[in-house]
Order: sequence, then structure tokens, then C-alpha cells
Amino acid sequence: MHRIAVDVQHWMTDKQFADVFAISQLSPGPNVLIVTLIGYSVAGLTGALAATLAMCVPTAVLAYGVSRLLRSSRSGWPAIVQAALVPLSIGLMGASGLILAVASDRTVAAGLVTATAAALAFATRLNPLWLLLAGGVLGFAGVV
Amino acid sequence: MEIPLYRWPCSNRRSKSRFMSPDSNPAAIEAPELPTATPSLIALFIAFAKMSLAGFGGVLVWARRSIVDQHRWMTADEFNETFALCHFLPGPNIVNLSVVFGSRFRGIPGAGAAFCGLLGPPVIIVLLLAALYARFGEIDALRRTLAGVSCAAVGLLIAVVCRMMMPLIRKRDVVSVVIMAAVFIAIGLLRLPLPAVLLAAIPISIAIAFGTRARAAA
Repeated sequence: MHRIAVDVQHWMTDKQFADVFAISQLSPGPNVLIVTLIGYSVAGLTGALAATLAMCVPTAVLAYGVSRLLRSSRSGWPAIVQAALVPLSIGLMGASGLILAVASDRTVAAGLVTATAAALAFATRLNPLWLLLAGGVLGFAGVV
Repeated sequence: MEIPLYRWPCSNRRSKSRFMSPDSNPAAIEAPELPTATPSLIALFIAFAKMSLAGFGGVLVWARRSIVDQHRWMTADEFNETFALCHFLPGPNIVNLSVVFGSRFRGIPGAGAAFCGLLGPPVIIVLLLAALYARFGEIDALRRTLAGVSCAAVGLLIAVVCRMMMPLIRKRDVVSVVIMAAVFIAIGLLRLPLPAVLLAAIPISIAIAFGTRARAAA
């Protein structure tokens, strides 16, 4: 995404892209919203809407079609394929969790925050917002 | 907050799920069919808006919490299968999930409601933030805070992956656990290129699933 927005199309500078990335991380919602901001900085509100819809709608329609097709099919194949994808999907998510942890936990304290959050979220019914809030407070205080 | 469109008493379910782990609830594991509830369009919109607005550093955590733990709209297994499908289709996987999930209960209007709930409110917020940022410039304290939030968010992601793993482990599904571990090691530890790993793993996994199914049927 960086390559297309900065290097190929020259829509924005490196610094602008870094800012947009930080803002998109700061706000709630799917990570894909970074394209909303790229659209916004290139072409204002219209650009923001166009970029968001262009990013999400075609693949969403495809997902709808595929899931309809799978559910209407009478053969056992779709169920088998879907069941076969489950362990792959979980393995991939686990790997990205690890990669993200390595990238964002540069200090021992940060690693501890991640480990504690993981343990509490797995073992208790605590609302995850409290864990995010605690992480934010620690970050603001400069601990992590 | 009783919305008449709900078919079940929502406040009741919710207060229960705070004390009872759905993962340890045998009814939730054994029930092969959908839980009885069918969400209304408004309920879909609100649920996806909520999970999206809570989703700092990833919406998956909140999607699973809302769909499986709080509303019981899907069992843990159904959620895994739906998410796996959305994960392997192109596009942002949570956006795909909103459409597939919404359409499953309420057809195209349901897909639209979930899609708008997921994207509408955060788009407004992100644009407000961008406008604020353009006016106030540096946001160093915010960035520091964000670093802390993302450390916790990674922890939450790891926890939700562990929860999604539990149905496989509980079923003693050794083959699936081995495939899952192999993908994790190949991508997470060895850092092999993703396309190569998937090109190898998808056919193997499908072949094994097909073999097991055939043997079970025989």
C-alpha cells in the first residue's frame, strides 16, 4: 500500500503516509480504514468514500457470492473444504500474532504487557477494553 | 433495553454470559445447529458497529466475543468455519465476515446492515481524527499511548487465537492441530513466504479432510 500511494502514484509524501498510518492505528475499526485516509488526503470527503467503497465492496460481493454458492451446494465438498481451511486460518492468525508481538514489543515491559493481556483475555471474562485501556495508560506513562 | 425485534430476551443472555464461559458450556459445543436466535437488521447493524468501535488494533477479538460469547449467534465451530472462509477470500477478512454473516441470517439486507455497521461509524471517526490532526499537528503523547494499546491488542489477538483453537483441541482432532502447528511454525518461526506455504498446505489439508470424511462415512 505504501509502495502504491507513495512510490508509484505520488499521492503523498513518506511523512504524510506515516501520519496517515498513525491516525488509522489510533482509531477504532478495521485496519482497512487506512485507505479511507489516503482517499481523504488525495481527494477530500469524496475521495475518502470512494476509496473505502472501492476497497471493500467488490471483495464483499465476492464473499457473499461464494458463501451463497457454498451453502446452496448439495455435495459434501464445500463443507470439507471449509473444515480444511479452519486449522490453516488459525495457524496463520497465530503466526501473525507472533510476528506482531515481535514487532511491537521492543522492551521487556512491553512483552510483559502483551503476555499479561493474552493470559487475562484467555482465562477470564474481563472486558478487553480494560486491557486496552491499561495498555494505553502504561504507554502514556512511558513504561512500554 | 428490550428491542421488540429480538426473538430472545437479550439482557438475560448477556448477563448469563458474563458468568459462564461458553467454551465450557456443553450445550454450546454439542449443538450442531445454529443457536435459535436470528438477529434483526437493527441488531446486526448495532452489533457490528459496536465491535468495530471497540476494535482498537483488530476487530476479530470483538467479533468473536460478540457473535459467539454474547449473542450466541454462532457456535465456536461455526465461527471458525465462517472466519476461515472469509480469511481465504480476497479483501479485508472482517469486512468479508460482516457480509457473509449478515447475509446468512437476513439475506442481502442483512449483509448491508452488518457492512454499514462495521464501516460507517469508524469511517466518521477516522475522518474526524484526520481533521483534528491537520489542525493540531503533532500527537506525540497519543502515539506513546497507542504504543501501549497495541502491546495489549497483540495480547488480545493471541488470546482469541487460543480460544479459536479450543474446539480443535477438545475434539482431539490431532490432524488439524498438527496442520495448524505446521502453518504457525512455517510462517511465524521460519518466516517462509506465505504463498508457497499456502500452496502446499491448502491441498494437503483438503486431501486429509476428504480422507477422514470418506473413512468416517465408510
